[in-house]
Amino acid sequence: MPTFYGTEVTSRLMLGTAQYPSPAVLAEAFRRSGAGIATVSVRREAGGDQAGQDFWALIRDLGVAVLPNTAGCYSVREAVTTAQMARELFDTNWIKLEVIGHADTLQPDPFGLVDAAAQLAEDGFEVFPYCTEDLVLCEQLVEVGCKVLMPWGAPIGTGLGLNNIYGLRSLRAHFPDIPLVVDAGLGLPSQAAHALELGYDAVLLNTAVAKAGDPAAMAQAFGLAVEAGALAARADPMDARDMAAPSTPVFGKAML
Amino acid sequence: MSGPFTILGGGVCGLAMAAELSSRGARVTVIDPKGAPGGHACSWWAGGMLAPDCEGVSAEPEIVRQGRKAAGWWESQGAAVHHAGTLVVALNRDQSDLATFARRAPRAATLPKTQIAEQEPHLAERYSKALFLADEGHLDPRATLTALHARLAQRGVRFGGDIAGQVIDCRGLVARDTLTDLRGVKGEMLVVRCTDVTLSRPVRLLHPRFPLYIVPRGDGVFMLGATQIETGERSRATLRSVMELMNAAYALHPAFGEAELLEIGVDARPAFPDNQPRIRRIGDVIYANGLFRHGFLLAPALAQMTVDLVLEGKIPEVWYEDYRER
Repeated sequence: MPTFYGTEVTSRLMLGTAQYPSPAVLAEAFRRSGAGIATVSVRREAGGDQAGQDFWALIRDLGVAVLPNTAGCYSVREAVTTAQMARELFDTNWIKLEVIGHADTLQPDPFGLVDAAAQLAEDGFEVFPYCTEDLVLCEQLVEVGCKVLMPWGAPIGTGLGLNNIYGLRSLRAHFPDIPLVVDAGLGLPSQAAHALELGYDAVLLNTAVAKAGDPAAMAQAFGLAVEAGALAARADPMDARDMAAPSTPVFGKAML
Repeated sequence: MSGPFTILGGGVCGLAMAAELSSRGARVTVIDPKGAPGGHACSWWAGGMLAPDCEGVSAEPEIVRQGRKAAGWWESQGAAVHHAGTLVVALNRDQSDLATFARRAPRAATLPKTQIAEQEPHLAERYSKALFLADEGHLDPRATLTALHARLAQRGVRFGGDIAGQVIDCRGLVARDTLTDLRGVKGEMLVVRCTDVTLSRPVRLLHPRFPLYIVPRGDGVFMLGATQIETGERSRATLRSVMELMNAAYALHPAFGEAELLEIGVDARPAFPDNQPRIRRIGDVIYANGLFRHGFLLAPALAQMTVDLVLEGKIPEVWYEDYRER
């Protein structure tokens, strides 16, 4: 199982906690999927007087590791402040860092992300940056102290899957020793399995489960898919080839 | 006459309870420190949609089933229910959300542009496809609560006084002092006046991040709702929320850009972890609570089941918990 900042987690599936029909359905989705990490947003829920504590208590009751995030932050300062608040609320140095650069597509702001990651790492945070699959950006994030990278598969909430397989593959090849998590854009379990087959350590998703007609069943499907993908990656998959390769010899034909 | 009964809380839950009890001849006192219906109850800020089919897209089936009783019950209590259905639309790039919604709302009929034009001419300019839920209705929450309050007083329900007899606690989020699994879910809403657009029924705009409903209140007044944020904060509408609601309204129809902003409302809905209500017995008190975003939709069924319980000893078919043994 993947190890993030020295902590080995119990599952390769990480689930967001927004948009479920109810906290009860959310809990059932975690139970059936075996997800090991719950991400939770605090920016908007904190209210004037940390009035979101009822919901946060429900998240703590899930019994999984909590990864607070800075969802909804558009500036470095906002993200840093939110991270500091999250550290107090959840008593963890972990922070999933989102600095959104584009309101419509929710695309990360790579420049702000590096800036915020540097500040937070300096302040003792263990940063999980939500980034694009850009190699240069990822190098800089590692340079400022990130020991996990979370490139998107596709923009948040689209369900488009892995948009740039080449980019994700080269990222894996370039950072063989850094835990890599595909974060955002997944719509189907097969896409999650694919990410694991590419050698990724885990996936993080929310909408695909929360907005399914039966979120708990879909969560379970994702749980099975990441297991299948991880198993496949360890099994040394065959390499694809252009020629058909019959598994029994074909008699009476010339072998080319 | 049976009773007496004391109902704590004069929001939609408490008043529906008082109405059901008094309709069946019971003596009832309603105690609400804030007096007549108003902004202290979260039902004051509600949309008033009686829309079980639309809610069923994301809510539990029992909510749909119990919610179908709402329109008839409100009419039996003298409320003006508009039976105009619900129209559901999505912007061009969100058409996949419309397809999902149609699949999950089996009673939804798909309307082409010509039929949208018959229902809501102003929307036909902008939408070539819509879903229509013909059986749904809506009411005006404030008018309904105020009229029901007056009607109950006429019927002999006492407002204020001492606690006597069986207590039914309908205090909403305030009852968190006892109901520890109750939480608040913040909602923000707007009231605007817009004379450039007419709508005859609630319209829902599907959006992956900023879903919106607009309920016409007549005279060019519309209620726009509502955010749903996991926090018990009951005040402090944020600029971001208000902006999102306004943006969504503007996207629904640009004429809303010229609307006059009449009111910004905010409160928190009382909800249990599964977002379904409860009739819960703790000691001698019966708690009816957790209506979440379904106050007007589910208060009738909740009141009927509670009153069946207290007057006839009939155990509610759903949502009942007896904590006396624990």
